Formats: sequence, structure tokens, C-alpha cells
Amino acid sequence: MTTTEKTAAVPGPRTPEAAGSPLLQVRDLHVEFHTRDGVVKAVNGVNYSVSAGETLAVLGESGSGKSVTAQAIMGILDMPPAKIPQGEILFRGQDMLTMSGEQRRKIRGAKIAMIFQDALSSLNPVLSVGYQLGEMFRVHQGLSKKAAKAKAIELMDKVKIPAAANRVGDYPHQFSGGMRQRIMIAMALALEPDLIIADEPTTALDVTVQAQVMDLLAELQREYNMGLILITHDLGVVADVADKIAVMYAGRIVEHAPVGELYKNPAHPYTRGLLDSIPRLDQKGQELYAIKGLPPNLLNIPGGCAFHPRCPKAQDVCRADVPALATVADGRGSACHFWKETIDG
Amino acid sequence: MAEVTKGVEREPILQVRNLVKHFPLTQGVLFKKQVGAVKAVDGISFDLYRGETLGIVGESGCGKSTVAKLLMNLERATAGEVFYKGEDITKLTGRALKAVRRNIQMVFQDPYTSLNPRMTVGDIIGEPFDIHPEVAPKGDRRRKVQELLDVVGLNPEYLNRYPHQFSGGQRQRIGIARGLALNPEIIICDEPVSALDVSVQAQVVNLMERLQNEFELSYLFIAHDLSVVRHISDRVGVMYLGKMAEIGTDEEIYEHPTHPYTQALLSAVPVPDPEARGGRERIILSGDVPSPANPPSGCRFRTRCWKAQDKCAEEIPLLAVPEALKDTDSLAAHASACHFAEEKDVVGAA
Amino acid sequence: MPEMTKTAADEAVAAAEAVPEQAEKARSLWGDAWRDLRRNPIFYISAVLILFLVVISIWPSIMTSTSPYACDVAKSAQGAAPGHPFGFDKQGCDVYARTVHGARASVTVGICTTLLAAVIGCLMGGLAGFFGGWWDSLLSRIGDIFFGIPILLGGIVFLSVVKGGSIFTVVLLMAVLGWPQIARIARGAVITAKQQDYVQAARALGASTPRMLLRHIAPNALAPVIVVATIALGTYISLEATLSFLGVGLKPPTVSWGIDISQAATQIRNAPHTLLYPAGALSLTVLAFIMLGDAVRDALDPKLR
Repeated sequence: MTTTEKTAAVPGPRTPEAAGSPLLQVRDLHVEFHTRDGVVKAVNGVNYSVSAGETLAVLGESGSGKSVTAQAIMGILDMPPAKIPQGEILFRGQDMLTMSGEQRRKIRGAKIAMIFQDALSSLNPVLSVGYQLGEMFRVHQGLSKKAAKAKAIELMDKVKIPAAANRVGDYPHQFSGGMRQRIMIAMALALEPDLIIADEPTTALDVTVQAQVMDLLAELQREYNMGLILITHDLGVVADVADKIAVMYAGRIVEHAPVGELYKNPAHPYTRGLLDSIPRLDQKGQELYAIKGLPPNLLNIPGGCAFHPRCPKAQDVCRADVPALATVADGRGSACHFWKETIDG
Repeated sequence: MAEVTKGVEREPILQVRNLVKHFPLTQGVLFKKQVGAVKAVDGISFDLYRGETLGIVGESGCGKSTVAKLLMNLERATAGEVFYKGEDITKLTGRALKAVRRNIQMVFQDPYTSLNPRMTVGDIIGEPFDIHPEVAPKGDRRRKVQELLDVVGLNPEYLNRYPHQFSGGQRQRIGIARGLALNPEIIICDEPVSALDVSVQAQVVNLMERLQNEFELSYLFIAHDLSVVRHISDRVGVMYLGKMAEIGTDEEIYEHPTHPYTQALLSAVPVPDPEARGGRERIILSGDVPSPANPPSGCRFRTRCWKAQDKCAEEIPLLAVPEALKDTDSLAAHASACHFAEEKDVVGAA
Repeated sequence: MPEMTKTAADEAVAAAEAVPEQAEKARSLWGDAWRDLRRNPIFYISAVLILFLVVISIWPSIMTSTSPYACDVAKSAQGAAPGHPFGFDKQGCDVYARTVHGARASVTVGICTTLLAAVIGCLMGGLAGFFGGWWDSLLSRIGDIFFGIPILLGGIVFLSVVKGGSIFTVVLLMAVLGWPQIARIARGAVITAKQQDYVQAARALGASTPRMLLRHIAPNALAPVIVVATIALGTYISLEATLSFLGVGLKPPTVSWGIDISQAATQIRNAPHTLLYPAGALSLTVLAFIMLGDAVRDALDPKLR
């Protein structure tokens, strides 16, 4: 939308050596789905960027477009019904949307890998885990069966699966949820990608296992100096591992900021509402703060600021004009007409 | 304010005693042979007091949802009793069971599967009256259903709509309206907000709290989200692998946990505040929850516990106030099923 | 509290915008389905076709005054002639008259077999799926026994023994051998529906077994059964034709598309029209029933409204 946000992609605190040029840049991305009921505008001009060694958390509720954006980056959207009418996805400066299918396939898996929420349905139930891990090496690097198996065991060790050598022949259903997610991580890591996109990687897991898996992911990211895009709806998961956060609502980024500042002092009423609606100790026995109303219908996104029907600060201008992503501070932006009032209140 | 009245009454409305549910594992096609059992719930006891909310937390596979089904008589208990007003309801059938069901209702987790997609909202909320015609005379039902829609914050004109025309939060309100229809005393809530978006969760939690005050309901609130449970509950029970690990008031459990599992659980909860990261000690448990078909001997948590000793493998710890704390008036003096129960300072959830 | 009411009202407004306001009268699934059907052109096309078929099955004389038995070997396999729009078959019978008169046997066999097989299948499959356990083992195994016998083979053996060949025996035989197919589908659909939370919710309210079956499980399990049954209907009509072709099904003087198709098949090269018309009538009938099945299935799904 504006040029400010393209430059606003300032690396987070743990800035890696490759600062100057981000690994991945998404520019003004639009994604629509053409359905029987009309055009679903899932992503409406998203901009973000990730550098090597950096973790970007993309936070949003269902229907915010956070997963669709990731699928567009991976090139795994079904087109049709999906359509990308506008936008660029630059990987090391090259636009992946204009590349040939062949070039794109080479990037996918080898350079950018993805981890899904549901590990059980992402693994083939009739092939052993070792075979599926080894397949990556056989197909991409032409290793022999034996060498691929050795590599598979090595990877399983890497993601801390106990007794990897004994379990390499086991099938996905023989592993617990947490272990399966580790296998998914191992698979993503296999070809040592530059960027990992993790779509709700711990949502299906129990709290005590969640912590293990997040720790593992963060550790491996540091070790390989990868970029990590962490897609989640959980404000808590993000706080511990992300460098910067982009909050999405109705297919747009409404706020982005380094992680600490966002939690301390949100500059968008939606972010503020989300943080306030988490039960806190001192609210015991009181009514929780609740964002009123319902998430928007993507077939019919409200005019002006999409959040205005639910916003406590909404004025006439919010109904009329789409707020641009204003620069709040260095590396911080908010798409709210009243971000100044929000950040103070 | 509500707390005061609760403190005075302390009248148990539901008493659960040594409740057990084993699901048999069978082999064979025509002639089934039992080869083992999944010990989903393995001897659980607690009381639910009138007007209070008892939260039950635990990870998947700990048996908390099975407890809900047992209390609702959707599953038959293998052993143990559930007393509702002094009467054991686990063995009831037919008319007597139907009568009890009027007073104990349930709100389900998934608002997308708990409403029949081929029934209108009016039929869904009106169904309790079809089943228990004595509650509302026929001519009165439509008005009753509209009242219920109004109570849960939906437009009473929505009678003729189908569930798919509503969002997740609205559907959960419909499910709550159905649960309220018979004017029950107890509502069992099995993960009522975990399928909802964060911004909608708070709306539904508020609604449930308002209804509790309005209709003097007792809630058994089952969830895995510790901060929501803390917000809504007066007392909290922590379950692990079919057993109750620890039970006490919300303050006792969250501020003064004595069971290592509770401590680990609380410390594992991600806190939406990056600054809390530094100050808190995180206990990261190793390994996974063992299979309930083959639980560890003795204390079930011992395979993941950093305190485990030989005694833990041999002796099943009882759920009781720890000896050492018995005579203190510390908040740590509450029932905990650990041989080595002691307070440990963890920065808890929320 | 005021905040709460406001929230609720806002939600109400939001939903009201999403869906246009509907009439006041209380609705039911079947009423809505009927309303929906009446707006579906596919329903009208298929219903008119089926109605037409049923009418000519009962009163074939409406469509033709020529007797299907008035054959003149001299005209064997001749093409269309005035008063004989479809030409003549091998025996010199009027193809148009035979096609019209053949509807009765084919439509009766198709509809009766499907209904009978569906009733037995739904009952057995539904009971097996709903009660599970011992019932399921017993009923499913019985079904497997019948399922293992190919209808064609069973038909040849049975019909050559009873030397029957009446519509009644053919229907009975095909239904007895055909129900397990529908039972399997019904069983699966019932098991799926039974596990849904809304069935548990009904139980928790104290609903009786018939209520759960009729109000909650049946409407949700019906769709796959309807689809399979309408496809099976076509198969039954074709099977009847095959049995007749093999000489064990319906026998002349009964007139049926199956008999005509089987006779025409031997001379497909020199007189294709003798095959074309009965086969076309058969295809059209099958299509009409499949379209009706589709329309009914869609009407019973509120999500498609």
C-alpha cells in the first residue's frame, strides 16, 4: 500500500550478518478465492520480510489470512479456486511468482520448508518414518538407500527422538503427537533450508510437549541460522521465541513490531483487545474484556478499516478510509487512524 | 460476593467416589476376546458444591473428557459411584435416568459437531422440551425457545436458521441455550471455549459466568487452557493419566502447587509477556505421556518426574494433604497425590 | 452487564446482515427440503420423466394402439415406416410399441427391487451400525454371505431351478442378493453419524433410541444411501436385462427392455435401431432416477441452501 511498510521491514534484535538483504520479502500480496458464493478476499496487501536467523511471528485468528499467505509463499495454493491478482514474493531478491514451475520446485523443500499443524495427516501412514525422511535425500541428492537411512537416523537424533536407530523403521502411528511433530521438523530440516515456515506447529500438542517442541525449533533455528516464520493464534507461544510480530486481521497486517514492544504497548486496538481478553489474575471474579462482535465475513469485508465494527475507538474516518500502515517507531507500524491514542491509552 | 455465599453453603451437589472407567481392548472378529484395557479413568473422587465452578485441567489422554461422559451417563462406569443429591446415578436406567438428566446438562467442545446440521436452531433448542414435555406445555415452547436465545445473546428471530449459518461463537451460544433449556442445576462443560477464536472466547466465558449467577448453576469446567480455568473456577483439580494429581482452591493450585506435575504444567504455559521469560523457572518435562493402556506402576507421573525414587514405582501415592503440611495453615496444605509433595516457586500461568 | 447485552446485540446485528431475514413460520428439515426441491429445475425434469414412465407403465395404451405382439416376420429388422416410427425388430414386431410396453416390466423391476433392497439394507445396516458389537458382527457377516454371491450367478442358479421368470421372483431374487450393498453404506453412514457430538447431546438430554435414530441419525445418514440406491436402481434394470438375455430372467410373452436389448444385441450391425430405442429408454430411466436422487440429496443438505 505505502512505501513506508516495505522499508519498515527492519530486522529484529538478533540481527544476523546478512542484514541488508532480507531472505524473504512479501510485497503487497493479494490472494482471492473464487467460490460459488463470490470472491473471498483472503489476503489484501500483505507486506513482511524475514532475514536469516530471524523469527517472524504472524499472529491472527481463523480467517485472518495468515495461513493463506504462507501457502502462497510455498506455492501450494490450489489455483483455481485461489488467485494471486497482485503482489510479489521475493526469495533472495527473486520473485517466486514469476518463476517457472521448475525453478520454484527447486526452492520448495530445499530452500523453504514448511511444518504443518497436523503431523499425523502430513505423514504417509503406510511408509516408515525412516523411508519418508530418507526419500528427501534419495530424490534431491541421489543418495543410496543405505546412505539415506543413515542420514534419516542422524536427523532423528538431531530432533532428539530417543533411540533413533531402533525407531527408524517405525510407522507414523507408532509415534506420539510430540514425536511426530519432531519428525516433521526433521523432514523440514533435511535439506538444510534457509527458511522454515511453521504453521501452528504446536497447536495440536499438549502444553508440556508444546514447550519441548518450541524449544527444539528455536534451538535448531539458531544452529542453522535459518529464517523462521511462525504462524500462530496463540499470543503466549509467540512471546517466548519471536523477534518480531505481525498481527493480521481480515487479510491485512494491522500491526507489526518487535516482540517486546508489542506486548508492552500495542499500537492497534485489535492487538490491545486480544491482549486484554486473556484472563489475568487481578480480573478474577470480574467480567473479561471481550472484543465485541464477530470476525469479519471475507466475502464482505467492512469498508474503511475492516476492524471498525468491533473497535471501541471507531470514528467516521474509520468507516470511510482504509488506514495506511503508519510508522510508529523504527521497525514498528500500525494500520490505525488513531494509533497515537491507542499507544497512549 | 459470590464467594461468600459459596463459603457458607458448602453443600455438595455431586459427589464422585472412586470412579473408574476401563475401555476393554479386544481382539478377534466374531468371538471377541479381551486382551487388555485402556484405563481412561482410574479411581477419581471429588465433590462439586452448589453454585461453584470446579475446573478440571490436564493434557489429552488424562481422562478428563471421559469423566464428563461418565457424569452424564454417556458412558457406563466400570466401578465407583456418582451421588447426585445422595443418589448413585451411575446405575440408573430408563425413567429415573431421564429424570436426573433434566438436572445435569452438558456443553460440548466442538460447536461444529455438537449441533445437528439438519435441524433448525428452533428444533435444536426445543428438543429438550420434546423429550421432557412436562417442562414446557406445547403452546409455550416457541416462546421459551425465543427466551433462551435472548438469554444467550442471540436474536430470538433466528429460530428457523440452520447451524451452519452461524459463526463458532454463536453456535456455542446455541449449545449453551440447549443446555439451559431444562433449567438444570449442574452443567458439565467439556472444553467449551477451546475451539473458539481468542477474541470470541472471552465473550463466551463472560456469558457462562453471567448465566451461573443468574440461574445459580454449578459448573464442572473441563479445559486444558489453564488461564481460562483459573479465571472461571473456584476450585481446580489436576488430572494425569486417569488419576487426580492435585485438587484445591484456585489459589492453592496456581500459587502453591505441591505436585510436580502441576508445577511442570504451570511453568510450561506460554505467557504472553516476553519480559516474564527471564524471571521464571521453566520445568520442561522430558518424554511423553505414557499410554493409559499400560500405565506405570506406583505413581503414574514417575516416568517424567525429576523427583522420582524407588518408592514412587512401588507405592501409589494417595490424594491427601501432605503429612508435613498437615498442621500448617499454609495454602500448600491441600490434597496432592505425591510422596514428596512440597511447594516449589514457579511463576504460574496468568 | 450492559456491556454484555450490547455485545450480544451487536452479534445479532452482524448475523442478521449476513443472512437475509426469513419468514416467521417454524420450519422443519423436510418442509425446507420440499421448498428447496420445488425451486430446482433438475427435480422437475427428473420428476416429469419418472411420472411419464410410471403413467405409461400403467396405461401403455395412451402412447400406442399397436400391440407389441402383432409381429410380421416379413418386416423383420426394417427401418421406420409410417405408423411405426422406430421400425421393426427381428421378429417384425413394432419397436415403438415394444419400447412403450416394455416400460412396465423394467420400471417395476427397478423400483420394486430398489425399494425392497433399500428397506432390508437400511434396516440391517442401520441396526448393525447403531447397536454395534454383537449385532454388528452377526448382521455384517450375514450381509457378507449374500454379498459374496454375485447377483448374476445367484440369479442364473436360482432362476433356472425355480423356472420362474415372473416379475415377482426376479424382484425378490435381486433384492435378496442386492441388499448387502446398501446395508454396507447404511452401516458406515450410521456409524459416522452416531459418533457425532449432536447424537451424544441428544442422549444427554434423555432422548429415546427411536428418537435418536429418526431425528438425528437417519437424516444425516440418508444422503449416501440415496446416492447408492439410485445408482443401484439402474444396475437392477440392467441386470434384469442381462438375466433375460441369458434366458433365465423374464420370459416372453412378458415385454421388457431387457428382453428386447438382448435380442437386438445379436444383430447390432444390420439393425442398430432395434437396440437403440430400448437401450435409450433404459438409459433415460436410469438417468431420471439418478437426477432425482441427486436433487433429493442436495435438498436435504441445509448447507447447500
